[in-house]
Amino acid sequence: MTRTALLWVARHALAIALALMFLGPLVFIALTALMSDRQALTSDLWPHTWNWGNFAEIFAKAPLLTWIRNTLLYSLLATAFMLVSSIPVAYALARFRFRGRRLAFLLVITTMMLPPQVVAVPIYLIWARFHLTGTLWPLILPMLLGDAFSIFLLRQFLVTIPRDYSDAAKVDGCGEFRTLVRVILPMARPAIAAVALFQFFYCWNDYYGPLLYAGTDLDNWTLSLGLAAFRSVHRVQWNLTMAATLLAMAPVIVVFFFAQKVFIEGVKLTGVK
Amino acid sequence: MRGNLRALLYLSPWLAGFAIFFVYPLLSTVYFSFQRYDLFTLEPVGLLNWEYFLKDQAAWTAIRNTLWLVVVMVPLRVLFGLGVAQLVTRLKAGVGVYRTIFYLPALVPLVAGTLGFVFLLNPGTGPVQAILSAVGLPAPDWFGDPAWSKWGLTLLGLWSVGDLMVIFMAALLDVPKQLYEAAAIDGANGWRQFTSITLPVIRPVLMFALVTGVIQTLQYFTQAEVAARVASGATDSAGSVFTPGYPDQSTLTFPQWLFQQGFRDYAMGYACVLALVLFAVAMAFTLILLRQFRFTEEES
Repeated sequence: MTRTALLWVARHALAIALALMFLGPLVFIALTALMSDRQALTSDLWPHTWNWGNFAEIFAKAPLLTWIRNTLLYSLLATAFMLVSSIPVAYALARFRFRGRRLAFLLVITTMMLPPQVVAVPIYLIWARFHLTGTLWPLILPMLLGDAFSIFLLRQFLVTIPRDYSDAAKVDGCGEFRTLVRVILPMARPAIAAVALFQFFYCWNDYYGPLLYAGTDLDNWTLSLGLAAFRSVHRVQWNLTMAATLLAMAPVIVVFFFAQKVFIEGVKLTGVK
Repeated sequence: MRGNLRALLYLSPWLAGFAIFFVYPLLSTVYFSFQRYDLFTLEPVGLLNWEYFLKDQAAWTAIRNTLWLVVVMVPLRVLFGLGVAQLVTRLKAGVGVYRTIFYLPALVPLVAGTLGFVFLLNPGTGPVQAILSAVGLPAPDWFGDPAWSKWGLTLLGLWSVGDLMVIFMAALLDVPKQLYEAAAIDGANGWRQFTSITLPVIRPVLMFALVTGVIQTLQYFTQAEVAARVASGATDSAGSVFTPGYPDQSTLTFPQWLFQQGFRDYAMGYACVLALVLFAVAMAFTLILLRQFRFTEEES
């Protein structure tokens, strides 16, 4: 009895210590964001004065609103395009019997796994030919042609829906497309929400893509791009850099608290053997 | 036959995407690897780019650094993720709260997380140095010291281990309870149970995590780039002054060198050689993954 109690205490002590380590950097960023520029350069942990004005100041120092608008445009359009194109593909891979089905699925996994840098040069040249380098469109438009990771994830969920449901719909006279829209999609809502959130945040956080395509004009930059150059380009202090960092994290953290279950279930889908 | 046509219709967006953004560029990459191309002039150079690769010191430094991350960071992340998952599943109370806290950093934007870590680990501004010296440990200048910069990136990787934790938690909860009960009757203690029941049962999930971890690390770019940029204080508005790898090429990864060659120095033919090397290695690991992949299909 005492041994189990000791074990209980030990486990919770370890869990609390870990929780402090995981939360520590976030708290530290938040506290620094509120310090004066002088104090941010010391190893102090607690702000002497609470400089809420830092959050207003970062908007004056850099075109943050433009960056936020660009990032939102990129994230929202890419997510919408991805959903429209990827859902039918995932459905076909999960449900239809056709020649090359296995091969098609293996190729989806392969494209999902291979580093984007492998084919970066020719793709860059394609967009250069259309004079779209220097914009975010090269990151948005391909989403109309499906996203391998989302297809994979949706397919993993769709195969778990028993066939009986779609069979029943067909008995009622639904065609394949209506079955997909009326019966399967409502049932797949958690998976669709998960891929939509993953896609949105992938774009929101993306640094490599905008670095390659957004070019040198600050007006085309995204939040990630601006944040990475924030200190050097705008010669601002650490406290303001941390304030901007907090600003970039905030939406992700807020959405996570509201849609936690969607995220966790989605991550589980990626881990299937 | 009608079935095949219908499948073709539903698959058409992806098929087009596969052709335009994968097959064509891959073939094109092979072609460009035998050319000198700087966006203006195209000149066939035979094997010159490939010969240059063998002599390119920076490329081999980048390969060594990437390999370091694969060998050190990937297994550490898997072990740590498994440990945290094991702990959380054993807690009787507060599982949801702990899971939320441990997962949260995995969602933090890479650029934001990296900025935070560089500042946190900076001896002048962060508390880590003070804590380490208080307990008598050496307090390195993490992102400013070539011997420690990759360890700094590893810490960042361990901090964002949440996705692995969630996957491992699901796997651990799937292990049939009866196995543990039977083992307890046979007198097997905690560690024995872990090695003889838990590990064998979740082995496929561990393998999956390791192989995908390796493939992701072959693409390691953003954290290294941002850490080097911020730590070096490089001014970079036109993409011209910044050289990745600070300090002393110690954080230069292979994809960064590819990016540098192709899109900063416009040595696009040579960048294609690097791309094909990356392709070969990533493909080898992808094949391992595909072989291991069990089909979760309700086959009819």
